[in-house]
Amino acid sequence: MPALIPPPLPSDDKRWRIVNGTMRKNGFARHALIETLHTVQSSFGYLDDVAIRFVAKSLRVPLSQAYGVVTFYHYFSLKPPGKHTMTICTGTACYIKGTDKLVASAEKRLGVPQGQTTKDGKISLMTARCVGACGRAPVVLVDGELHGQMAGDEMLEQLERWAVE
Amino acid sequence: MNLEELEQIAESVRAENAKFDHEINVCMGTGCLSQHSDKLRDALTKAAEASGKKALVRRTGCMGLCAAGPLVLVDPEEVLYQHVKAENAEAVVASLGGEPVAALQCDLREHFDQQVHIVLENSGHIDPEKIDDYIAHDGYQALVKALTEMSPNEVVQQIVESGLRGRGGGGYPTGLKWSTVAKATGDLKYVICNGDEGDPGAFMDRSVLESDPQRVVEGMAIAAYAVGASKGYVYVRAEYPLAVARLTTCLRDARRRGLLGNSICNTSFNFDVEIRLGAGAFVCGEETALIASIEGKRGTPKPRPPYPAVSGLWERPTLINNVETFANIAPIIRKGGKWFASIGSERSKGTKVFALTGKITNTGLVEVPMGISLRKIIEGIGGGVPDGHKFKAVQTGGPSGGCIPEELLDIGVSYDALVKIGSIMGSGGMIVMDDTSCMVNVARFFIEFCMTESCGKCIPCRAGTAQMFTLLSRFCAGTGTMADLELLEELCITVKEASLCGLGQTAPNPVLSTLKYFRQEYIDHIVHKRCPAGVCNIQAPVEVLA
Repeated sequence: MPALIPPPLPSDDKRWRIVNGTMRKNGFARHALIETLHTVQSSFGYLDDVAIRFVAKSLRVPLSQAYGVVTFYHYFSLKPPGKHTMTICTGTACYIKGTDKLVASAEKRLGVPQGQTTKDGKISLMTARCVGACGRAPVVLVDGELHGQMAGDEMLEQLERWAVE
Repeated sequence: MNLEELEQIAESVRAENAKFDHEINVCMGTGCLSQHSDKLRDALTKAAEASGKKALVRRTGCMGLCAAGPLVLVDPEEVLYQHVKAENAEAVVASLGGEPVAALQCDLREHFDQQVHIVLENSGHIDPEKIDDYIAHDGYQALVKALTEMSPNEVVQQIVESGLRGRGGGGYPTGLKWSTVAKATGDLKYVICNGDEGDPGAFMDRSVLESDPQRVVEGMAIAAYAVGASKGYVYVRAEYPLAVARLTTCLRDARRRGLLGNSICNTSFNFDVEIRLGAGAFVCGEETALIASIEGKRGTPKPRPPYPAVSGLWERPTLINNVETFANIAPIIRKGGKWFASIGSERSKGTKVFALTGKITNTGLVEVPMGISLRKIIEGIGGGVPDGHKFKAVQTGGPSGGCIPEELLDIGVSYDALVKIGSIMGSGGMIVMDDTSCMVNVARFFIEFCMTESCGKCIPCRAGTAQMFTLLSRFCAGTGTMADLELLEELCITVKEASLCGLGQTAPNPVLSTLKYFRQEYIDHIVHKRCPAGVCNIQAPVEVLA
């Protein structure tokens, strides 16, 4: 097999070097695909076409396989997140404590279904399958920060604050 | 590293701790941290310094009672405080050596007295980011003992004797699994720790990894020695950032102390562990799917055999156990398999950690001996259903488990007893429901979960769960018929018997068990077009004018 020549970085954005670093640490092995995609997502917030192609080429993984992996796992997102993200846990304990009402009222307030971002790009409404803080159900992640025993009004107030920012 | 060196480290930690009159343990697990227990710890440290009292403020892992957090445990007085805020710090410190602060005190003797802690013995007592704290609590003694005094075969024998069964849910005898991998031929073998706790409503593994990660690593190292592996992976959910961070620290420290790496304890045993992050797929809890995910592929299961014990990661013999299973290993080696076998019921040995959540007073983690009745867990340790509501069902085993009604609460918790009544032990989620929960809606919730989490490889699971969801949605909307109910029951059997992996095979369990114990609720939805719990939004039927 000819020696691997890694493709050039897509741009001079420094974050690509972090991505490259993860691949180098794993010796550009094919099995580092998921690890690398994690690095892309944590550096850029989401995975776009350019990133998936770059990673696939660098690791010599068929593009179809890379795309398959990205779409298989819920953690990976193909769309850029909004400026703020409200993630509502919909695990069993939260469901029993009425998290469906939280989702419904957030959807109504923002005018977008779960999993999407408002048109102005300000707020993303996401749901999570259990973040493991069931003792404090219902749980929401406000920009990644965990808040337990969340009341509907409290969540709406937060959305209001973001909306007028 | 040998036993004397371990003892020296332990001695120096004890000598350091002996300089203090009081130890203030602050819970810094995910639950309490979300209520700012980090700020509380800083305030306590400051207050302790200002007061001039000899008090050690320590960061610890989970103390169990997540709903009462932030929790603070004062030793040696053994006073537990609940809902402690940073502004209470001075009062807590001032009370040291005197009367405890009554307003904050949490007196739940009944909650703690009925528990037996093996897996959680260090949780809430040691700093999870300090390896020496773990060593001072008998940590790594089992590994050193195994490496220097026991043959791999003797280690496997102890595990067989202990009667330990897989804590991930399947309940496969751990000793048998180990001996299969030990017998498999090959120069390269792997040990994998399954921390992909995808089961919604369960957080035992997260808590163990956050509170006492060294225990899991020690268990893995002992397993690697017993089966002849040299490389290990811990597969953790990316949704557990704190667990990942603590595990990373723990692995670094273990390498520094020479407890991971090459020639551990001056023997020919080499072992190191890497972390692999999950990416949010419930099916990856299935062992062959998890292996595919570590290999960087989509997490789809493979038909077994060949079992991972023979051909697993990169087609090498692989041992996969759950976090809690590994957490049991060190105490078994330290105290002997017979000791472990003396706890629990006839065919289920030891203890089990449950995540007690839902409509229950004392939500949090509990560890109980196998064989204890569900009633004792829910009414005794859990404190019963709050706000004057009536208990309706307890759900065990997550989306693969079933709903257990009140009349069966007196059965003892064991793998076999739970299967017999249509549920499973599962990984340990225990969700209590009261009269405000609609069982048809609950069944629909679980089927929706299985439908979205189905990997799509086999048709019974991919298409079957989707059809079951459609039927259950009809019931919830009040448009279902008795013929639909019949179809649903038929479909349950098909999906259960024809699916490739555990996800599909157990997906119908929540439907089957609610049909068995709460059939009247289905009838109410279908025939009387009403939801007894008032959860489902059933529109009054529109009368068609002729």
